Amino acid sequence: MATLAHDAHTPTQTHAEVTRDVVNTLGTAGRGYFMLLGLAVAMFLVGAVTFVALLKYGLGLAGYTPPVMWSVYITTFVFWIGIGHAGTLISAILFLFRSPWRTVVYRATEAMTVFAVMTAALFPIIHIGRQWFFYWLLPYPNSRYLWPNFKSPLIWDVFAITTYFTVSSTFLVVGLVPDVAAARDKMFGWRKKIYEIASLGWKGTHEQWRHYTRAYLYLAALATPLVLSVHSVVSWDFAMSLVPGWHGTIFAPYFVAGAIYSGVGMVLTILIPLRKALKLEHMFTEYHFDNLAKLTLFTGSILFYAYAMEYFVAWYSANKFEQTSFWLRAFGPMWWAGWTMIICNAFVSQLFWFKKIRTNLTALFVISIFINIGMWFERYVIIVSSLSNDFEPWAWGQMNPTWADWGILMGSFGWFGMWFLLFARTFPVVAIQEIKETIPWPRLRKGGH
Amino acid sequence: MAKPVAGVLGSFVHIDAATEAIRALRAEGRTGLTVYTAAANHEVEEALGITSSPVRLFTLIGGLTGCAAGFGMTLWMSVDWPLLVGGKPIASVPPYVVLAFELTILIGALSTVAGTLILSLLKPTTGLAYDPSFSDDRIGIFVPVGPEQAGSVERLLKTAGAVEVRRED
Repeated sequence: MATLAHDAHTPTQTHAEVTRDVVNTLGTAGRGYFMLLGLAVAMFLVGAVTFVALLKYGLGLAGYTPPVMWSVYITTFVFWIGIGHAGTLISAILFLFRSPWRTVVYRATEAMTVFAVMTAALFPIIHIGRQWFFYWLLPYPNSRYLWPNFKSPLIWDVFAITTYFTVSSTFLVVGLVPDVAAARDKMFGWRKKIYEIASLGWKGTHEQWRHYTRAYLYLAALATPLVLSVHSVVSWDFAMSLVPGWHGTIFAPYFVAGAIYSGVGMVLTILIPLRKALKLEHMFTEYHFDNLAKLTLFTGSILFYAYAMEYFVAWYSANKFEQTSFWLRAFGPMWWAGWTMIICNAFVSQLFWFKKIRTNLTALFVISIFINIGMWFERYVIIVSSLSNDFEPWAWGQMNPTWADWGILMGSFGWFGMWFLLFARTFPVVAIQEIKETIPWPRLRKGGH
Repeated sequence: MAKPVAGVLGSFVHIDAATEAIRALRAEGRTGLTVYTAAANHEVEEALGITSSPVRLFTLIGGLTGCAAGFGMTLWMSVDWPLLVGGKPIASVPPYVVLAFELTILIGALSTVAGTLILSLLKPTTGLAYDPSFSDDRIGIFVPVGPEQAGSVERLLKTAGAVEVRRED
């Protein structure tokens, strides 16, 4: 069996071995896969039933308690949007940086991005009171001659999320075309027919590569500022308001770093079991996980700094409302959530200073779960604890999530898992052509280009 | 099915042999070559003397259109239904930068993909001889020639190091 040296940038596999190993992951699946898929569908159905109940009885089913009128749904929305960011960072930004470790992991992370954004995109609809009027957010000619208020960050969000979903799914599909063609050429019967249609007539001619490589470069160049803008816009949903705990100028970079941190956490949670399930251990090696862990450490450290800076700014501002808000985050009724966020994000990520932990897959998997939990709680704390204690103490209030909150949260994981599992067995989760680009072609004569 | 194009198809394992064959074919004045590879390759591009793809024009025009559309839409709609929010100007450019930016990216990306499809369709591959191993580990060179010249092209490809040569009538 050909192997990849764990610290090598260049795979030691041949071109044919790469095609064989990746194409082998497609098609028939075992019992474990169908059990996981069944679990994901069941979780999704719980969410779907909860949504039907929300449609019938209204948002009162969720735990909204004035003044907390944004809670688990918006938390989960920001959580999923954040998850998507790591995929674009790895597929687009690291592509522009020519980072050698990205090649093997980027396809799976990019698919994760698309499905995470698909999940997040459900939440603005779930969370609005009358879901059947969601199209009021779009600028369309209507009988009242009204247009959306373009000064509202919520409208910016609609444009940012729509653009993000369109561009990231386009980027994923474009990257897939040559790989689907490689799979087509290894398939037989009805499967071949399906891949033939999906490969859009790709044959790998020099003209096709000529346009394709340029287009891919420009798509990466467009996706790079986009990914930074999307979470900045999401952060402005909060920062543009005057609520203590939200009204901070550090919100955009703080949210972008948090998004990438949470996304890499989810990448680890997905890739560690995936490599085993698809028997791709020789492709996803220590080298890749080590680099993913370093990225987590980097973004986790930015978060550490941002958390410290939030408290510093609250103290330094001498603004009683800000100071109270942050005091209550640590020592108020939601102290447990506040400390979960700080411990899971700021402190747990610091374990990645140690190479032994960065290269231990069990440790990485456990830590990645902590990251997922910590980042969900970060948004929960920012949203719920800030709204709970705003300017007037007599108007303060606490909310407790209900079954309708948990049902939708569970449904979102089911929806995401379902799409990812379907993708992993249908399309190559490793970019065949990009790995081949890094493998030197055989030569008749010695000496190279 | 499109009518097959007559010519000779050579299959190579070695990149230097393939590029040598391409150079030799071009030196002979052969045009309309099609080279198949499983991944983009600079040596092949150099041997063929390929220039940069004009797809960037689509990106540029799409991006500029998106930017103009973003500002145009927000400013026009604000004036069309004047809505006073928080004492801010009716048509206020700074918040609209966000929307113009998003539309720059959106239209820029979509027109890049559209450009790639259009440019690829300008040189259709239907009817050209192909082998499934070209998406795996072989390099293919297809030379469109009539039967009278096919023999000399076959010899050239074999001399250069082709592992398989096939005639398409």
